[in-house]
Amino acid sequence: MQAPKAPPKKRDWSWRSQAFRGLLYQLIAIVAVVSAVWWLASNSMENMRVRGIKSGFDFLSQPAGFDIGEELIGYDSNNAYWRAFLAGVVNTLRVAVIGIVLTTILGTLIGVGRFSRNGLVRGLCRAYVELFRNIPILLQLLMWYLMFTELLPEAAEPARWGNVFLSKGGLTYPIPVWAQGFAWAIWGVLAGIVASVFYRRWAKRIFEETGKGRSMVWVPLAIICAAGILGWALGGAPTAMHVPKQGELMVEGGGSLSPEFMSVLLGLTFYTAAFVAEVVRAGISSVARGQSEAASALGLTKSLEMRKILLPQALRVIIPPMTNQYLNLTKNSSLAVAIGYPDVVSISNTAINQTGRAVECIALIMAVYLTTSLSTSFFMNWYNNKSAIKER
Amino acid sequence: MSETLNYQFIESRPAPMRTEGFMPWIKSNLFGNWQSSVTTFIVGGLLLYYVPQFLSWAVFRATTVNDADACRVAGVGACWGVIKEKYRLIIFGRYPFDEQWRPLIATLLMIALVIASCTRALWSKWLVVLWVAGLALYFAIMHGGVMGMSVVPTDRWGGLPLTIMLATLSIIFAFPLAVVVALGRRSHLPAIRTFCTIYVELVRGVPLISVLFMASFMFPLFMPAGVTIDVLIRVLAGITLFAAAYMAEVIRGGLQAIPKGQVEASASLGLSYWQTQFKIVLPQALAMVVPGLMNNFISLFKDTSLVTIVSLYELTGSLGLALNSDANWRPYKFEGYLFITAIFFAFCFAMSRYSLWVEEQLSKSKLR
Repeated sequence: MQAPKAPPKKRDWSWRSQAFRGLLYQLIAIVAVVSAVWWLASNSMENMRVRGIKSGFDFLSQPAGFDIGEELIGYDSNNAYWRAFLAGVVNTLRVAVIGIVLTTILGTLIGVGRFSRNGLVRGLCRAYVELFRNIPILLQLLMWYLMFTELLPEAAEPARWGNVFLSKGGLTYPIPVWAQGFAWAIWGVLAGIVASVFYRRWAKRIFEETGKGRSMVWVPLAIICAAGILGWALGGAPTAMHVPKQGELMVEGGGSLSPEFMSVLLGLTFYTAAFVAEVVRAGISSVARGQSEAASALGLTKSLEMRKILLPQALRVIIPPMTNQYLNLTKNSSLAVAIGYPDVVSISNTAINQTGRAVECIALIMAVYLTTSLSTSFFMNWYNNKSAIKER
Repeated sequence: MSETLNYQFIESRPAPMRTEGFMPWIKSNLFGNWQSSVTTFIVGGLLLYYVPQFLSWAVFRATTVNDADACRVAGVGACWGVIKEKYRLIIFGRYPFDEQWRPLIATLLMIALVIASCTRALWSKWLVVLWVAGLALYFAIMHGGVMGMSVVPTDRWGGLPLTIMLATLSIIFAFPLAVVVALGRRSHLPAIRTFCTIYVELVRGVPLISVLFMASFMFPLFMPAGVTIDVLIRVLAGITLFAAAYMAEVIRGGLQAIPKGQVEASASLGLSYWQTQFKIVLPQALAMVVPGLMNNFISLFKDTSLVTIVSLYELTGSLGLALNSDANWRPYKFEGYLFITAIFFAFCFAMSRYSLWVEEQLSKSKLR
């Protein structure tokens, strides 16, 4: 018996054919978008020609001629524009990375605090979230900046705790003098990390074979610390420190954090922590009630229940919105321009004012943020896949 | 088998502990176990130490005289006189002083329109007509040039009216755009899907400030020679395009949650694509994402403060404008910040409460 043949595909190019209309709509959309882009591009070309604005990225190799308040890459005003941009990118990343770490810790604590048995802690955490997420981040940054620049003591007579000074000039603290011993210490820490990975594998195998649990956090941490200290001691145990001293007008020496950096960091951290706390709270309350009842039935304490039962399961719900919060923090760090922290936006702003190449500078800002956003979400997607439920 | 059975009364058990009321609540919530008690003492001690200090600064030692010298007296706390002295500049920005009744009325009109739109009893097609008429009246009052009112160019608009206007208008314009983009991202036509995806991902990957820079620095270059567009409109367009991308993602989440059977059922009933979307899919999807949309609206309201950076003096900017140039009052900027913080907080908090109320209404309909 012959299998019935599929009816021949009809190519119906009439107006009533869905395929034809789909094609037509797409064609219209493409033509509209392309002609809009072409129109805008030709307009701006024409305008730039009329106004005598040069275009192109060649200005990046010219000397920038402006100073940057704080930078980590050894930039000075004779350097080219691209180095100025690089300094800005490094500053942005510095505040974003430290901010993400701090905000995760603070936000998780507050989010967990909303499930505390203590009514006072619950109330305070709730008040924190309501207060900090309902005030614009720009306003919070400006207020931190005002506090650091107006309400702190003058740089000539700073507040002092031991060798740490706090004044309008910023936070100054002792830092160790770089010596060979610290390179040894870094190698020690790296060796410790490798050793603790092996230790964890071994501990896991023992656990699966015998059911005897071993510490998976504290022992590896101790291994890493011990290896670091060992490396430091082998390298000659350098203890010399740059200690800041009270100078005539300001505190001199030591390491320091500028008021701008601290305002941006604290502003972003406190603001984003309120959102992270909400994400954590939503994640924890998404865990089925039976889980926490089962944990109490097994006699787990409240903190063990949180650490071993609720948080690991909540993590799967938490990660995607947490990624969004990290990206928001990174993007909000662009507001540093309002208080003069030299991040990539504020460097571009200066560059626009000096060279008039608005299109190129804004394109650079966008490229920087797009790269960070896409790579962060790429990494978080990878982590999300890793921690997703593995169904066997 | 004879056995005398001995009946004995067992002693009555004590009545169960009271679990409701004030004292039991205190006991279980503040002194449940020893850790909780220690926490209560530490946190309570800190609160008892700092809250009175703050209250003493903000209320008991504060002065409300609008005289900068009274604030300089040693031991005086907050100087609320600065608000009393400058509140018109802070709230209305650079709008001409004698004409400031106009933004007041216009903004009250806009708030009334918003509140009307939030009220369930008034949800009908007439709202659209009301909005068109209301916005026309709003711009007539703000801009002037009719009914004998002097013309006030848009660069003089500022303060709270500008904040409210930017937030309201960008929500109104961004929402339909977001619906279209969200539908486009789920379209089966590859070209349209690609355009919508690129737009959303591009906008969500960059900070708002770069979009605003684009609106204020680059946009003039895009227009043909001789055409200039008001900076307020450029910035409004920038915020709208920015907000629409975020809203589109929220709406797409709702669209994805609609079971495929709904679309298939409406196709079998012979509904067209647009009929399906508008009568079947969108009503269900939008109801699902109301909390997410409200979050978007709140962050949009807060984000309007960024226009300060491109020199439009909304509330944050007008505070700087009012105080930076006045050496007498400049030291009391912190009080000024607290004042506008309170305004922003009040608006955002009201919006989040409204969102909770809507959520409750919707979950009621689900319980049925």
